[in-house]
Amino acid sequence: MIITDVLCPFCGDLCDDIIVEVEGNKIIEVKEACETGVSKMMGHERIAAPMIRENGKLRETTYEEAITKAAEILTNSLRPLMYGWGSTTCEADKKGIELAEEIGAIIDNTTSVCHAPSVLAIQNVGLPSCTLGQIKNRADLIIYWGSNQAEAHPRHMSKYTSFTKGFFTKEGRKGKHVIVFDVRKTTTAEVADDFVQIIPGDDYRVLSALRVILAGAGDVVPSSVGGVPKEKLIEIVDRMKSSRFGVLFFGMGLTQSRGKPYNVANAISLVRELNAHTKFAVMPMRGHFNVTGFNQVCAWSTGFAFAVDFARGKPWYNPGETSTVDVLNRGECDSALIVASDPAAHFPRKSVEHLAKIPLIQIDPCPNLTTELADIVLPAAIAGIEVEGTAYRMDGVPLRLRKLIEPVHLSDEEILSRILSKVREIRGD
Amino acid sequence: MELLITNGIVYDPINQISGEKVDILVKDGKIVSGVKNPKTIDAGGRIVMPGGVDMHTHIAGGKMNVGRMLRPEDGRRCIESRKKLTRACTGYSVPNTFATGYRYAKMGYTTTFEPAMPPLLARHTHEEFRDIPIVDKGGIPLLDNHWLIMEYVKSGDMDKLTAFIAWMMNATKGYGIKIVNAGGGEAWGWGKNVRNLDDIVPNFDITPAEIIHGLAEANERLNLPHSIHIHCNNLGHPGNYDTTLATFDLVKDVTSHNRQVMHATHIQYHSYGGSTWADMHSKADAIASYVNSHDHVTVDPGQVMFGDTTTMTADGPMEYELHMMSKRKWTNKDVELETGSGIIPIFYSRKVSVNSIQWAIGLELALLIKSPWKTAITTDHPNGAPFTRYPEIISLLMSKKRREEVLKGVHSAINKRAIISSIDRELNWADIAIMTRASPAKILGLDKHGKGHLGIGADADIAIYDISPEEDDPRKIQSALSHAKYTIKGGEIVVKDGEIVAVPEGRTYWVNPEFDGEATKAMLEDLAVKFKEYYSVSLANYPVQDAYVPHPVEIKTRCKNAS
Repeated sequence: MIITDVLCPFCGDLCDDIIVEVEGNKIIEVKEACETGVSKMMGHERIAAPMIRENGKLRETTYEEAITKAAEILTNSLRPLMYGWGSTTCEADKKGIELAEEIGAIIDNTTSVCHAPSVLAIQNVGLPSCTLGQIKNRADLIIYWGSNQAEAHPRHMSKYTSFTKGFFTKEGRKGKHVIVFDVRKTTTAEVADDFVQIIPGDDYRVLSALRVILAGAGDVVPSSVGGVPKEKLIEIVDRMKSSRFGVLFFGMGLTQSRGKPYNVANAISLVRELNAHTKFAVMPMRGHFNVTGFNQVCAWSTGFAFAVDFARGKPWYNPGETSTVDVLNRGECDSALIVASDPAAHFPRKSVEHLAKIPLIQIDPCPNLTTELADIVLPAAIAGIEVEGTAYRMDGVPLRLRKLIEPVHLSDEEILSRILSKVREIRGD
Repeated sequence: MELLITNGIVYDPINQISGEKVDILVKDGKIVSGVKNPKTIDAGGRIVMPGGVDMHTHIAGGKMNVGRMLRPEDGRRCIESRKKLTRACTGYSVPNTFATGYRYAKMGYTTTFEPAMPPLLARHTHEEFRDIPIVDKGGIPLLDNHWLIMEYVKSGDMDKLTAFIAWMMNATKGYGIKIVNAGGGEAWGWGKNVRNLDDIVPNFDITPAEIIHGLAEANERLNLPHSIHIHCNNLGHPGNYDTTLATFDLVKDVTSHNRQVMHATHIQYHSYGGSTWADMHSKADAIASYVNSHDHVTVDPGQVMFGDTTTMTADGPMEYELHMMSKRKWTNKDVELETGSGIIPIFYSRKVSVNSIQWAIGLELALLIKSPWKTAITTDHPNGAPFTRYPEIISLLMSKKRREEVLKGVHSAINKRAIISSIDRELNWADIAIMTRASPAKILGLDKHGKGHLGIGADADIAIYDISPEEDDPRKIQSALSHAKYTIKGGEIVVKDGEIVAVPEGRTYWVNPEFDGEATKAMLEDLAVKFKEYYSVSLANYPVQDAYVPHPVEIKTRCKNAS
């Protein structure tokens, strides 16, 4: 069976033009997707069954037992943490937030360690942006800052930016100018018209210099800023001003280097000020296919995009206090539920050490480093392959993930729903 | 469940009941003529009305959610803990979805319409609808800046235009046609705008006037329950009232079955005289005079109330102008081929001349428009103020004394550049019942589908307020309207003594126009090209799936004179 217009549940581009061939409940071919997307959709090692750690070793068990144990842990915790949500559906997110509210947990997603600085910056200065199709149809100047999407979002340039044609961009690549700002010459930089190499940690200065030049005060800018000659900066500002429609995409090179939210606020402010001269947009390059979706669901159901603490029975949002790494580093939480994410592989050592100390519940389709620390492991069906549901693309466009094959395991949503019921049962609600 | 509401003083304007003691009987969610074993509610001389209908309130979708993300400082206001039945609530001008449903219900409102749904993001709007408890909802898709709409209007291909709108209602599960700054959204794609009705939209060789007229005609061919719903061009500019009047005049020649052909929303922002902010003044009298002498237009005021709130609109260039004036944080979101939006926080200050005049204009319009059937009470939530301020607005409309109290503390410009202090009219309960339920339901075309009245067969959406009709203390009026004694939704008691006691899921109204002309086939071919070449999503993934509308109310219409 051939299934067309399939959404790829891998990166924030959420490509929806994938063609998948299924035979006997197995995906045998994936067309149009990038290599990473194909690899995810073709499938790899899965967690075979629910597991519980006993005497240091995981043993297989039933969902019933694992879910009961998970509910007991969460119910008996004083300060549970619920983290992850990068690669699941909005339907699971909703259920997770409901559970968090019910047990007074801190709920947070992977935004906490990638684009949290972007959220903080947006809260300060806003975000002039657009959908990706707007860029495809109009942009003649494309800037990538601290983002190597040739590796991280492999089809970004061919679908939405450099290598695509749109209504007002009929010339395609020829009619576009592409600039990459980065600390090293990345694969993305190889196919750009301009590569601007910045001394690591100097993004803020370079952005400030561009803003100062744009404001007409270029005389105070020194001859070189962040390793970039002043002439080059002037040339870039001129190019920005004379573009018809410009866009600045930024990645973790900007959000996670020195200055963090200040870098992002500076980049957004630059774009904001460019709108006095021409049309300019700015967009964070969100990583996982539905990391944006969690922020959306969390915002409409709690009022805040991430890092929400329900300990008081009402949402308390204070990133830096209520964000996951901070909570872990303070050794504050006494249990954790990790959904569709692998913090053990990505968090600072101190955070992982605390995760190892406390009762840890994992819900995930695949074994990863976090499995090694988990006390309860609940295997899940893969969102967008075995489960349908909603995901939000990096630009906030919501699409419906398809179910391509029958799952063996329960969905994240179903597992969370059962945990919630069990919690209510234990509490006698 | 059966209910008998007895001893209430009922205001049901659609059924010509104005402050009479009438029993109301409820069975299976509907108003009926007989019941067997009802639970009796003794209203004890209190006011009983149909559930409130808000015809223009930005409660859900991409814009509102970006507003929440942009303004955690607003989210930290009005926080309420989770309770046994209710989820935690946050936010004042950008409340979370749960707060939105509960707060409307507590005010006796049971129907709310989101008037700005970007088609590409319609799925998002419906996702949030699902999480707004209790109230019924509908979303009106933004269509005027869509490339295909502009192309069909330009080529004069009414059949294809009609076919495409019919397709869009299905694809977005939408309720009607929303127009925002016609043509301005496309121009804003290049950082430009259109100001006047005969300005040319860049690259599309079409004018706002042509778009508005074409959509009004298509709207009537499709027999949609609601008329075109328009945010006029030139919003918020001194001297814009003549654009507004010209917009009304544009559709004079369009005929409808039995309602207005244009609903002009938040008209307060479109009733300004003068040429700069220094001489900006109220033209509410000119606008009201037009509405009084014409039957093809209805309006809602979009009342401004003093204090902090959040502005959000598909009028992207207007939000940018606001940003350039106030320099406050600004978001913009252009949506490919379709529309755009912008958000900026705002503080309406009684010490600022323009804000004081804006406050006055909204009230003036509501008071100078003679027939309450031609208007409704709105704040264009959250643009003028959050919807939670309706009770206060009603108390101002019902009491000249209260208006005079406020007038003492506002900018003195109001004396010369507004009319409010010269108006003596005080609205009565019948007027309020019309403007908050009967009229918005009629304007939306929902009266025929059981909303806005308490006749036999109507939805049993009922509000009982803890006040008698004789009471004229404006503060008591405000308090009673803020906390309904009872709110009944679909025959179920959802609020008692101002507290939520049940949380049913609301339904979603959408319109399914039948249009099966040859034009549909040709239109679909044009549409396929748009998706293949220009959209960033595929056509197959675009329409909102049924899963997002779990409690639909589908209103079918038949197209007239399809060729």
